[in-house]
Amino acid sequence: MATTEITRSIDARGMACPGPLMELIGAIRRGQVGDVYEVLSSDEGSKTDIPAWVEKARHELVEVVPEDGYARFVVRKAR
Amino acid sequence: MPARVVVLGGGVGGTLVANLLDKELGRDVHVTVVDPTGMHDYQPGYLYVALGQAKGHWLSREERSLLRPGVDLAIEEAIRIHPDAGSVQLARGSNLEWDYLVVATGARLVPDQIPGLVDGSFEFYSLAGAERLGQELRRIRGGRIKVGIAGIPYKCPPAPIEFTFMVDGYLREHDLRDRSEVELLSPLNRAFTIESASKLIQPIMERRGIGLTTFFNVESVDPSAHTVESLEGEKQEYDLLVLVPPHEGAEVVKASDLGDASGWLPTDRATLNVGGYDNVFALGDATDLPISKSGSTAHFEAPVIASRIASLVNGTAPKTNYGGRVMCFLETGDGRATSLRFDYEHPPIPPKPNRAWHVAKWLFNRLYWETVPQGRLPERAPFTTPKEVTS
Repeated sequence: MATTEITRSIDARGMACPGPLMELIGAIRRGQVGDVYEVLSSDEGSKTDIPAWVEKARHELVEVVPEDGYARFVVRKAR
Repeated sequence: MPARVVVLGGGVGGTLVANLLDKELGRDVHVTVVDPTGMHDYQPGYLYVALGQAKGHWLSREERSLLRPGVDLAIEEAIRIHPDAGSVQLARGSNLEWDYLVVATGARLVPDQIPGLVDGSFEFYSLAGAERLGQELRRIRGGRIKVGIAGIPYKCPPAPIEFTFMVDGYLREHDLRDRSEVELLSPLNRAFTIESASKLIQPIMERRGIGLTTFFNVESVDPSAHTVESLEGEKQEYDLLVLVPPHEGAEVVKASDLGDASGWLPTDRATLNVGGYDNVFALGDATDLPISKSGSTAHFEAPVIASRIASLVNGTAPKTNYGGRVMCFLETGDGRATSLRFDYEHPPIPPKPNRAWHVAKWLFNRLYWETVPQGRLPERAPFTTPKEVTS
């Protein structure tokens, strides 16, 4: 399987505020189309929040990988 | 020879690190704070200025008056950091050498990054902005009031919600509420980033008739059409638009090629070291840590940096780590507030909004000058310095 090259990794584990999704939105705002962001989140809410925003803002959710005690979200800036 | 410590920035974090080091190490250290204005601003007060509840001159004091006598203050602008040479270049031409550097240069507002924002909206993130917004609030007689966020990260994540509640209270007091719409444009799918806090806040918003639009990250403003557009592709009309402007790190960080594209410093979440340098630290708004940009964060990080530098000066291995502790108040209007206390291991469990937390915030605002910069908060206060985390 081809590995996706990550532009920036955001380790938001244990960070309640401003939170993993807020960090992802901030990174995507500043980034270039085609950039790929990896967010590590231990917040249960991220499992619904991150895919919901990615869909609404019309970016691409590349993958969600459950890890030990956290999840890894990979998102590509699509526009 | 005493160890030379240079602290860039005389805000809450820089002032506290400088005072703690001077107190702890005495003659073994020579601390110099470099600050371009020499004035220390209590930024949480801007919210109250916008609502006509505080005057600007209460929110600013001379930095010199907050520093211990042993700490030097250079009222100068730092223009370039040379981490390998151990020096910092100042705007008037001199070069300041250091053994340890603490970067506490904070965040700056960059409103020009959003088209139309400067002409089309108001803000309460600067004293001038808060005063201008206050004048506008006194002038208006109702209309559609929208509160939104035009850049991430931004200082004090609860502030836009607090403003929304407080503006609702202001309109009620002035018999203007039935002629007004108040709406929060949230960047997320709820009112506030912390779900447990959102569950407390959203029912209060509903009871007060405060509207909520979710997933609305402001992208542009059209001042002549009175519309605001989101990154997600939606448009809203307004009569009064209050936006949190985009933030960036300090110019000196960008000029020194030490930060990311927005000037935030790559900082270790436990040691607070910058970019792999053992003798360079950052705290507060200046870091790239995905954690609240707030005075509280800087307040809890400062003792960690002071302790680590003291260990290095004393020739022992630094053991104190930052555990991610943050504490902040969240005003919900009607003289009530809740509090958010958390760290990397413990998510916040905010209490139901009550009068006690509102009074605590009021007290904190008044006691700030005599307590926080000097590290004088009592040990048992809920907003005091955390227990040391030892690795």
